[in-house]
Amino acid sequence: MAELTTASASTESHATSLGLSNEKLGMWTLLGSECLFFGALISAYLVYYGRYNGVPEVSPALYDIPFTSVSTFVLLMSSLGMVLALSAIQRGDDRGFRIWILATAMMGTVFLSGQIYEFTVFVNEGMKLDTSPFASSFYVLTSFHGVHVTVGVLMLVTLWARSMTGRLTQTNSEVVENIGLYWHFVDIVWIVIFTAIYLIPWEQATL
Amino acid sequence: MTAVPAEAPTPGLKVLRRPKATTGLWSWVTTTDHKKIGIMYFIATMFFFVVAGLEALALRVQLALPENDFLSPDVYNQLYTMHGVTMVFFVGIPLGATFFNYIMPLQIGARDVAFPRLNAFSFWVFCAAGIFMYSGVILGGLPDGGWFNYAPLSAPVGPDVSGYTLGGGSAELANQIHTGRMLMYSVGLQIAGIATLASAVNFIVTILNLRAPGMTLMRMPVFVWMTLVVAFLLLFAIPVIGIALWQLMFEVRFGAIFFAPSGGGDPMLWEHMFWLFGHPEVYILILPAFGIISEIIPTFSRKPIFGYTAMIFAGVAIGFLGWGVWAHHMFAAGMGPVANTAFSLTTMFIAVPTGVKIFNWIGTMWGGKIRLATPMLFAVGAVAMFTIGGLSGVMHSVVPSNYQQTDTYFVVAHFHYVLFGGLVFGAIGGVYYWYPKVTGRLMNETLGKVNFWTLLVGFNITFGLMHFLGMWGMPRRIDTYYAGFGWETLNQIITGGAFLIAFSVLLLVINIAMSLKRGEAAGDDPWDARTLEWMTTSPPAHYNFREVPQVSARDELWHRKHAVSESGDYVRVPAGGSGDVVVHEDDEADIHMPDPSFFPALSAVGLPIMGWALFTGGITMVVTLAVGAVITVGALFAWAFEPSAEEGH
Repeated sequence: MAELTTASASTESHATSLGLSNEKLGMWTLLGSECLFFGALISAYLVYYGRYNGVPEVSPALYDIPFTSVSTFVLLMSSLGMVLALSAIQRGDDRGFRIWILATAMMGTVFLSGQIYEFTVFVNEGMKLDTSPFASSFYVLTSFHGVHVTVGVLMLVTLWARSMTGRLTQTNSEVVENIGLYWHFVDIVWIVIFTAIYLIPWEQATL
Repeated sequence: MTAVPAEAPTPGLKVLRRPKATTGLWSWVTTTDHKKIGIMYFIATMFFFVVAGLEALALRVQLALPENDFLSPDVYNQLYTMHGVTMVFFVGIPLGATFFNYIMPLQIGARDVAFPRLNAFSFWVFCAAGIFMYSGVILGGLPDGGWFNYAPLSAPVGPDVSGYTLGGGSAELANQIHTGRMLMYSVGLQIAGIATLASAVNFIVTILNLRAPGMTLMRMPVFVWMTLVVAFLLLFAIPVIGIALWQLMFEVRFGAIFFAPSGGGDPMLWEHMFWLFGHPEVYILILPAFGIISEIIPTFSRKPIFGYTAMIFAGVAIGFLGWGVWAHHMFAAGMGPVANTAFSLTTMFIAVPTGVKIFNWIGTMWGGKIRLATPMLFAVGAVAMFTIGGLSGVMHSVVPSNYQQTDTYFVVAHFHYVLFGGLVFGAIGGVYYWYPKVTGRLMNETLGKVNFWTLLVGFNITFGLMHFLGMWGMPRRIDTYYAGFGWETLNQIITGGAFLIAFSVLLLVINIAMSLKRGEAAGDDPWDARTLEWMTTSPPAHYNFREVPQVSARDELWHRKHAVSESGDYVRVPAGGSGDVVVHEDDEADIHMPDPSFFPALSAVGLPIMGWALFTGGITMVVTLAVGAVITVGALFAWAFEPSAEEGH
């Protein structure tokens, strides 16, 4: 607190009260809010666990756990890509940054493709949005996460394009760190979702 | 979303030039100045306040006589729903944002908020949400399920609609109209939620990061503290209702099953999610007023606030405890004795920090040199009226008593005492208090006092008598009633009281409008106040402070106006002789302020377009959704790549 310095509205290159840039503090604040978004969706899914509306075929029995585990692994590895990309740009290694930021975006895209494939298979097997509360809460939860990954991939590709045109370099690399925070959050929340959806044992008896 | 640090302008993205206007319409549309945005918030909020007030008047006219047919049941349902929705989401929340926007940055000695363009975005999205919500008037009707829109009211009408006027007996038409109304509710409030969430992030970062040198957390004015608590409540409460609305949207539009019991959904899930937002929302509405009252009372008692630390901790405690009481709105829903008992206890408990605040306000006034100017009248009125509402709230926390009172006019009386008596009185006090800062002119005192007393009398006639109606068994939300229950006389008097309130609000509007030109010149510090906003000019320059103030005490301005005498007393320093010689004044050209931008307003335009898309179907829906998304996302990209201020400006 002793280091309070002049605060100003034009954000860059001015010290702030907490010593943390406004953008980074804003991102952390937003992520705090995101926890509640996903918390509400996960709660709804757990409340409707086992509500099959007389269609017991549409149950967690449909889940292909090995397949989703692989796409989950890819998504988690993308966090490593993000870390390496950030580290590269902070060192001034633009080439390394571009490689790793694209790799991260690619891994995000692989995860999204896996999700689309999974949805297609489920719909073909009779699990539709309006089948049961179980199905509704599954789709709304996982697609909400999918939208977050999509937004993340868009931002990563934008970073890559900015770097290619020379507008994103070591000096203004904090934006990479902030988007990285978002990306790691989306990964971490998937660990919770994956555990809640795929790893909790289900029982036929709870019809 | 993520602000990209400023950099060289991108030639390829110069579709819209940097706006240059400093006056006229475009200067307001493109502004990023927190003061201009605050004024726009105020005007929009007053507009919605009048709209929701007129809706309430129509309801009162309908209820003045038994078996009245002034409003049809269908219109009545829409009007009482929109009265609640408008007052909570389009008056209560933005009224907080009005004061936060204008006053909070001044009080912490900042030159603007942390994200000026995000601030403009919040305002325009809020406007877009209001327009979207009321576009229901031409799209098959306004939401009609009450402001908390329980299932099965939100569920499909069902095959048997005989005797139901909606759709004239056709089940298909009835369902279409009903779906449209529920979509209006779910999508409109989601858009409003985006605005609120963005402003919550903005205010938190501003308060934590943009304080003037020396402005430690425990030197912040109480109003700033309450802003911080409200912003955190919004940050965590909006997502919960956001998801409930998101699920409702999928339910009514795309056939998902969440809340409708006919489809196998659980109406209790909606109730829990709604009130897990809805109860913190009560504090979101009232804490800004608590902050305003805590500024007015010390100034007009000429004393520092009594128990500053206790005041802050009580506010923060309300912020935490507010999360543990939501189910007291659902005692009658059948949660069982354990849950009812637990929530009954937490509800009684939350009265404690609220009581601390009330005692501290009284302690502040005690022994002070009280001036009963209009802002003080409204502040004291708010404390008194809120206390009455708080006491009936404690009555509600007792479950057996709650069973008797729930869904009667007693509840209507209770929440109008806390929200009208607390929030509206406090906010009008804030308007009288800060009007001279915003406009440079004082509001008319005589008119102000008439305004206060008519409002106080009208308010107590209207809502005080509703306690009795409720105890006599009149249910809320009924469009009419039969004669012979003994409700006729009270209902007539209450309707008269409602018109007195309307008259008083008219006086307020007249006072605001007339004082703009005819008000007495105010000077920088007309109330002999204590906080930083009164150190700068009235109205403040767009950069707020020529020199960012160096803060060395709580109530900084008061300390600058007083010095310690030889006997140890505080003595008033003659004007201009305060000794704090200005060492350095920033040259105006050296003050860097964010430039105006088209993109916040433009990005708000796409959201209602995407909302309206859901009212169509098939390829039209996809195309309209895409158009809205392109506008919003395109504007967000352009915004992200536009530096917040031009080079060398």
